[in-house]
Amino acid sequence: MKRVYVNEQWCLGCRLCEYHCAFANSKESDMVKALKDKKIHPNIRVESKGNINFAVSCRHCEDPLCVRGCITGALQRVNGLITVDKDRCVHCYTCIVCCPYGAISPSEDGAIQKCELCIKNNNGIPACVKGCINQAIVYEER
Amino acid sequence: MRYLIIGNSAAAIGAVEGIREIDKVGSICLISDEMYHTYSRPLISYYLQGKTDKDKMKYRDSDFYEKNSCQPMLGDTAVKIDHKKGNVILESKNKVAYDKLLIATGSRAFIPPIDGLKNVKKKFTFMKFDDVLALEKELTQDSRVLIMGAGLIGLKCAEGIYGRVKSIDVVDLAPRILSSILDDEGAQIIKNRICDKINFKLGAKVDKFNHNLAYLSDGTIQEFDILIIAVGVRPNIEIFANCGGVVDKGIVTNEKQETSITNIYAAGDVCESYDSSCDSRRILAILPNAYAQGRVAGINMAGGSISNKDSLPINALGLFGTHMVTAGSYAGDSFADTKHGYKRLFIKDGILRGYIIIDHIDKAGIYTALIRDKAPLSSDDFNLIRVSPSLAAFSDAYRLRILSGSDNNI
Ligand SMILES: Cc1cc2nc3c(=O)[nH]c(=O)nc-3n(C[C@H](O)[C@H](O)[C@H](O)COP(=O)(O)OP(=O)(O)OC[C@H]3O[C@@H](n4cnc5c(N)ncnc54)[C@H](O)[C@@H]3O)c2cc1C
Ligand code: SF4
Ligand code: SF4
Repeated sequence: MKRVYVNEQWCLGCRLCEYHCAFANSKESDMVKALKDKKIHPNIRVESKGNINFAVSCRHCEDPLCVRGCITGALQRVNGLITVDKDRCVHCYTCIVCCPYGAISPSEDGAIQKCELCIKNNNGIPACVKGCINQAIVYEER
Repeated sequence: MRYLIIGNSAAAIGAVEGIREIDKVGSICLISDEMYHTYSRPLISYYLQGKTDKDKMKYRDSDFYEKNSCQPMLGDTAVKIDHKKGNVILESKNKVAYDKLLIATGSRAFIPPIDGLKNVKKKFTFMKFDDVLALEKELTQDSRVLIMGAGLIGLKCAEGIYGRVKSIDVVDLAPRILSSILDDEGAQIIKNRICDKINFKLGAKVDKFNHNLAYLSDGTIQEFDILIIAVGVRPNIEIFANCGGVVDKGIVTNEKQETSITNIYAAGDVCESYDSSCDSRRILAILPNAYAQGRVAGINMAGGSISNKDSLPINALGLFGTHMVTAGSYAGDSFADTKHGYKRLFIKDGILRGYIIIDHIDKAGIYTALIRDKAPLSSDDFNLIRVSPSLAAFSDAYRLRILSGSDNNI
């Protein structure tokens, strides 16, 4: 399955991916309007260690601890994609305690949010990857 | 192959999914004394709040049984296992034969022996959907509710009925609320935030009841209309113990969820788990653990081979808008951070053993992973993640494998 993989040697830590993710999931058509003066809640987040930067998003695990742990069944694995039914999410955040990579976070409305590879927002390929100027994240089979 | 599962909740569903990972054709039968499509037990309090409904409470989609070709037998109770003949006898006198049997009978509310309890008219436990339907019928805006037990179940019940009753009193023998998951400081923070909604009587127990009066050990008398008993749970081990199976605190299993009796497995609240954060066996009555054990049992029942080496206590709890998460055991040195809500990390022998976090729960799963993996933490690494968890705490090789590698399941 295609996933978002990180080439950390190319990552500048510029966080463009975070902005592209937030925009893609904002339901706005204008990037400035979507992001200006707003605190963004992206599903991909850049972390660093010393002078190395790396962008972390859901790994779409074969053995997803988040899905296993979800107390309601809101998280499911559908053809490899780990996806959330926000309607069934009760904001307990058990999945946040379960995900070993910190890839799930509470959204503004309380339900969780996570990377769904831009499947639901019809981006085709993940917006973070499209927006990365350095190919420090790529969308491919490995 | 004929698989039989006693239970229809998290552990049972884990087993169905585990079996179907390996065996697509064997017959699966589930027996439950509850009449309902598998539902998420924790949601019963959300139901009272009106935040979910009977349909949304389903733990799996409506077509789950069909899709997994299994046959649920609902509303019947398994009363006896004949392991020599390989069958289970039901209350309805039906007999169901099995090749592999899973006991996923979960737990029930513990009812403490208290003088006069049997003369209390309106008393409820808070474990099942039927409990909630019965309780709901009695709730009125004038009800004064007394809850015994300030643990997770008692307080979730309080949250569920808040706004629908006149008053809520919670009494607990422990000096603090949520005593099994919070430390004194954390418990105090939560209590301060909710004590305008709930009256707490802590460090006190009910000595006796006289109809709608509770006589507490601190000398006070509490009047109530409705009593809710939430002082703990007990595993439903009897059916297994009665056929000679080995039981300690719960059903004893090995890492494959096999019990002492051939072809009988056990999973979930009914059995003991190995808690790797403190190297001991105990009951971990939490849903993720029930599911995980059920799945391991199912895979092994179907001829696969998988071990459940380390279960961890993990808890995520929202209460009146405050979110808290905890994991592991609270041993060793502890490091508190009170600048961002409340956080306490527990470290022993250079390894993270447990945590308590209130409010800023983001990425807490990274801490959970450090506990589960028993990852050695240098003081530099520890300083990196003390305030905010990050993959930076792991080795470069581990991080590369996860973010860039082919291995998506470390
Ligand atoms: C109010 C409440 C809130 C909770 N909140 C959380 C939470 O937020 N997070 C969390 O992780 N956990 C929570 N839990 C705990 C969680 O619900 C349990 O750990 C989980 O349901 C255990 O699953 P199980 O399959 O082992 O057993 P159970 O869910 O107990 O299911 C066992 C089933 O077997 C049936 N059964 C038993 N004996 C027989 C028999 N002889 N014949 C036929 N049927 C039988 C029972 O009726 C029951 O339906 C909560 C529990 C309660 C009550
Ligand atoms: S959210 Fe976390 S545990 Fe779930 S699939 Fe993504 S990386 Fe894996
Ligand atoms: S927060 Fe939502 S998705 Fe996560 S475990 Fe709870 S119900 Fe499931």
